[in-house]
Amino acid sequence: MPLPADTDVSTPKYLRDKYAIVGVGETTYTRGSDKTTRALGTWALRNAAADAGIKTSDIDGMLSYSNNDSTSATFMAGDIGARLNFYMDCVGGGSSTEALIGIAIGVMEAGLCNCVALFRAMNGFSQVRIGGTGARSATPVSGDTLHNRAYGWQSAGQMFSPSFMRHMYVHGTTPEQVAMVKVVHSEHASNNPKAYYKKRYTVDDVLSSRMICKPLHLLDCCVETDNATAIIITRADRAKDMRHTPALIRGIAGRVNKPRMDMHYQTGPIERVAGHYAKNILWPNAGVGPEDIDATGAYDAFTFTAMLQLEDYGFCKKGEGGDYVSSGITRLGGGRPNNTSGGHLCEGYTHGMNMVIENVRQLRHDADDSCPVGPDGKRLHTFDYRQGGCRQVKDIEVTANLGWASPMTGSAMVMRRG
Amino acid sequence: MAVQGNYLGMSLTIDDLDKENLSYFAHCARHDFHLQKCDDCALLRYPPTTGCPWCASPRATWTAVEGKGEVHSYEEVHHAIQPAFKAHTPYMVVLVDLDTQKGHPSEHEALRVVGNLTTADGVLAPADMVRQVGIGTRVRLVFADVADGLSLPQWTVDTAATQPAAVWRYPVE
Repeated sequence: MPLPADTDVSTPKYLRDKYAIVGVGETTYTRGSDKTTRALGTWALRNAAADAGIKTSDIDGMLSYSNNDSTSATFMAGDIGARLNFYMDCVGGGSSTEALIGIAIGVMEAGLCNCVALFRAMNGFSQVRIGGTGARSATPVSGDTLHNRAYGWQSAGQMFSPSFMRHMYVHGTTPEQVAMVKVVHSEHASNNPKAYYKKRYTVDDVLSSRMICKPLHLLDCCVETDNATAIIITRADRAKDMRHTPALIRGIAGRVNKPRMDMHYQTGPIERVAGHYAKNILWPNAGVGPEDIDATGAYDAFTFTAMLQLEDYGFCKKGEGGDYVSSGITRLGGGRPNNTSGGHLCEGYTHGMNMVIENVRQLRHDADDSCPVGPDGKRLHTFDYRQGGCRQVKDIEVTANLGWASPMTGSAMVMRRG
Repeated sequence: MAVQGNYLGMSLTIDDLDKENLSYFAHCARHDFHLQKCDDCALLRYPPTTGCPWCASPRATWTAVEGKGEVHSYEEVHHAIQPAFKAHTPYMVVLVDLDTQKGHPSEHEALRVVGNLTTADGVLAPADMVRQVGIGTRVRLVFADVADGLSLPQWTVDTAATQPAAVWRYPVE
């Protein structure tokens, strides 16, 4: 059967702007939620449906990711009164958000369902600590972990630090430059009423905080929090009936890897991260390049991860990430702000989903800061970025999220204002 | 047969189905360092795997490899995750380029073998020793005996080697 002439399914261009994020929601960011991940997840899902202006029973597809620290869609769906035509719970942490949005598009394109909710629910402080202490450190060591955990080389910061250190050695990146990532994100968080940490920090604060795993000081590391986040994705033509301006999905790269995922340090340069490969999928799929991006959401599990990704996705030349993140360009009011919510370093830790949520709100021109709300229910943004003020990026049209699992694995997504 | 031992508060186990790790650690227990060498493309690989990362061949032969090399990158752990490591902080994790096969099969590849910096006896190095080591330090492999049939490869400063005039360390001590 011939296809209509106006479709070209041989190219990813066919799907540009065809799907959109129409609803976003989260719980509060806390330490000590006093709730199960099941209760947190359904809270975030209800908020996302209300944000989209749909009933929770309109959701007919569900995706989630976890590391055995969440609750399956099996239970979430019933608790929000949804009968699902598709669901899948995946193993994974950072880099899953963008990759699973890609899967959501795929299953809707295949006709499996019409409206997919993606959630991440975790008690990353009060149950399974994301920093790796407690239950995570007590499990027996066998198989491949004989070659890492046996050496006291286990937590995310410990596993990534050889890449961070080598970047400083090869490119002359300084601790002061990298600390600016925390400084800038803390400025953004101070204008985000939801953020767990709203305090503004200085370079000296970062460098004088205690050393965790050299080169990482305490304030180079993200915050551990309890929270859930949710995103609702559907076809852009259905988004017209919903509450907000949709965030159209331009292109995605999902869990792209360096060679040798089992032990990526075998393949150098070890200060190179997966974005080096992912950018060759992301930019052609999205039909834009780094120069077209108004704001970034570069995953900040650590100060270094944001810098390394911005560099390898081409926002600056390789080796100049330290200059880029300390130049002021990543600030609100700068040329291309990064993590305007404060990100994982300040807002809270959700394995990447909060950075996508933030960019969706930015693209609606409705960042939830402290600006006054107008008669139409939308904030009247002042674009005064002083502490406690506005965090809306002016005239923002296109964003990029750069998700990080490790130096070896990354996902990314470009969205534009619908 | 499965191998089990306790090391710094951790239970280390090699399952009896894990043939690759059983072979790797059987050599280590004899204080020999052996890696799999591909029978088809002749490249060595680390850590143990079920197939060649370059040519996918499942056929390999355990081959003696000289345990000498240079620190490619490192970290110093000041806040330990595993409780028994807390008494040893700051301890150092080093990523070492073996001299064997360095720069092959492509410029930026090497057999990069992980370990802690230890004394010549395989005990986690004290702070004053950690401060002497950085990127470029010449090191040699030693073994920390954990239990009968189980030893961990570790790295110590190669005092017999010519060391570089200066090694690179994080700029603030």
